[in-house]
Amino acid sequence: MSVATPGRVAYINARVLDPATGRDGPGEVLTSGEEIVDVARKLFDGHPPADVEVVDCGGMCLAPGLVDTRVQLREPGEEHKESLKSAGEAAVAAGVTTMVCLPNTNPIMDDEPTLEFVARRARLLALTKVYCYGAITKGLQGKELAEMGLLAEAGALAFTDATRAVADAQVMRRALQYAATFGLMIIQHPEEPTLATGVMNSGELATRMGLAGIPREAEIIMLERDIRLVAMTDGRYHAAHISTADSVEIIARAKADGLKVSCDTAPFYFALNELAVTDYRTFAKLSPPLRAENDRRAIVEGLKSGVIDAIASDHAPQDSDSKRLPFPQAAFGGSGLETLLAVSLDLYHNGDMSLLEVLRRLTSAPADLLGLEAGRLAKGRKADLTIFDPDQGWKVIADKFKSKSKNSPFDGRPVQGRVLRTVVDGRVVFNAMPHAAKESTASPVNRTPAKAR
Amino acid sequence: MRDPAFPHRHLLGIEGLTPAEINYLLDLSDRYVGVNRGPEKTSDALRGRTIVNLFFENSTRTRTSFELAAKRLGANVINMQVETSSVVKGETLIDTAVTLNAMHPDVLAVRHPDSGAVKLLADKVNCGVVNGGDGSHEHPTQALLDALTIRRRKGRLSGLLVAICGDVLHSRVARSNFLLLLTMGARVRIIAPRTLIPSGVDRLGVEVFTDMTAGLKDVDIVMMLRVQSERMRGSFIPSVREYFHFFGLDRAKLGQAKPDALIMHPGPMNRGTEIDSDVADDVERSVIREQVELGVAVRMAVLEVLANNASAHNAAGHNAAGHNAAADSRQGLPGRTGT
Repeated sequence: MSVATPGRVAYINARVLDPATGRDGPGEVLTSGEEIVDVARKLFDGHPPADVEVVDCGGMCLAPGLVDTRVQLREPGEEHKESLKSAGEAAVAAGVTTMVCLPNTNPIMDDEPTLEFVARRARLLALTKVYCYGAITKGLQGKELAEMGLLAEAGALAFTDATRAVADAQVMRRALQYAATFGLMIIQHPEEPTLATGVMNSGELATRMGLAGIPREAEIIMLERDIRLVAMTDGRYHAAHISTADSVEIIARAKADGLKVSCDTAPFYFALNELAVTDYRTFAKLSPPLRAENDRRAIVEGLKSGVIDAIASDHAPQDSDSKRLPFPQAAFGGSGLETLLAVSLDLYHNGDMSLLEVLRRLTSAPADLLGLEAGRLAKGRKADLTIFDPDQGWKVIADKFKSKSKNSPFDGRPVQGRVLRTVVDGRVVFNAMPHAAKESTASPVNRTPAKAR
Repeated sequence: MRDPAFPHRHLLGIEGLTPAEINYLLDLSDRYVGVNRGPEKTSDALRGRTIVNLFFENSTRTRTSFELAAKRLGANVINMQVETSSVVKGETLIDTAVTLNAMHPDVLAVRHPDSGAVKLLADKVNCGVVNGGDGSHEHPTQALLDALTIRRRKGRLSGLLVAICGDVLHSRVARSNFLLLLTMGARVRIIAPRTLIPSGVDRLGVEVFTDMTAGLKDVDIVMMLRVQSERMRGSFIPSVREYFHFFGLDRAKLGQAKPDALIMHPGPMNRGTEIDSDVADDVERSVIREQVELGVAVRMAVLEVLANNASAHNAAGHNAAGHNAAADSRQGLPGRTGT
């Protein structure tokens, strides 16, 4: 890979998917330097000039690079768990071209220098684009408002206390008001901390395993409270990683009431249920905890209906020392970057959603929530692309992750959907395209778009 | 007989005053500005009268202003600084009122940290009461002196566009000012971060802005409010630095206002917090020192009118002390010489 500005590149013989415009069909994309300059059914009447580099996609899917709006990068502060470099390599291997990191680094991103450090380091690495959220409260302590205005000027896209809920209602009210002063969004980890003292989902399984439960009500109560505060303040609110059936209903109602509310979920919550923690598997100890099967199904329905706007990886790398502990002592969190696309494609392979709709929740929808230019294939936009085979099967082997941390609850799971190439600003940052596909210009295999079954 | 142009016993707030009453007080104040600028600053309008400054909250400039106003009218002045007890404030306040009332003052100038406390006290005394600031409720003499300052500079209040910027939520100055300005036909904008905007304020007739650049566009008057430092440590505002960056009045933000816009501040100023020294000290546009000067004239006008109304009230035989009224009457206590 090279940081030099590339020339003109024609991606031909692709199934072009652009959720923002609804495009899904055979097509070609021309990039020049860092930008997309054309998206068409056929470029150059099939005869590209000699100075254009031609990449034959072999009928594979070409889509905007994924926009992952919830990752923990652990740098600065916990580089033994993850670094900007290891996370960046994991991200590009997963087709992620933009990621937004939580402020729970050390030092915490409640001041401009930390934010600027991460932005500068990420730029030098020149892998996936990295944006940051700022802290809502100083030190993520939930008490005093952080300098949201100045942090936003330094590049913070929105504000969150990361894996902690803003529990104090007065602080949350003022955070919503203060952020709204500047048109900024507050992102909540919706969990009432006084109820969330357990280690897994509350219920029969927790009782059998003898583990302290986190009731679904911890999430439901916090969401309902927050929605009231949003109505009161006219603030802009986003609920991260919702996990219960009631949460979907609450968000749907808030949206119907015209409130400025959105939400996301992570693949964990539509692809797994609480049974994943059986045998005290600490890799499946997540926050919020994996819920019951009816909740999982409701999350799938929420994605289908659009109540859940986006899918984010919720990448929470933990070193093995934090996970190889008795279940109650083990750290919360799962590695999510490298399984983001493949596990999300379950929604397509299971017939729940069309490929385009799954991609929408991974590209243009999260980009729109944060006001990012990313996530669409349009003239003049940055050439952030991913080429993938939606059908290729593989088995998740966490030990092979590029991420430093291997704590995936999907370890050993057979999945479908393989990233072949990732392009950021026109540069190839990840390439696993078979040589044959590159050369096969003779008989293009134009697959017809698979319909949602 | 009470002054027909301002027939109220008390001045507890701007709310309820008519434009004619406000103009009357401003006209009277205007005359005292001349007196104050002359060589002989003392009149005998209130000779022999007693004015009590009853302050339940620390204040230097307002108390001094009332004291000077009373002395220039020839009245006797007593300053009482009362520490508010954290328990049974209401009882203590009423006890204080009854005690003071027995000493027959003519006017009490009262400041109290609790909204409504001055009215509670006013209900228990026979004399006139002027509100020198109650909690986050009203500070009518400040609004009158601000109005006088504007009227003298601009020749009118009606039709002007006034921006009130800063901690509107906790500010009695802001409330009295927008009530007065709206009554007099001015347009009022408030500009603040949303944490410092009181709920429902837009329904009181003001326009709400959260951006200084947009809010200051084409205004005639920029009124800055003081922001208490204890509110700038994360509860309402993240930091002084951030507040000054977005809401502090500096040359660049002021550039949005009309070229002849006036800069006002009720004092005391936090330089570098809500206002840059560069604009605070701009002799062409800052009228902050003039506000202090006119404050004395306004308080002279208010004290004179209220003292005379109080005499008329007591001459008419009213007594707020309830069951003691008859007894006091027999002893001839409330009936001082009317004017």
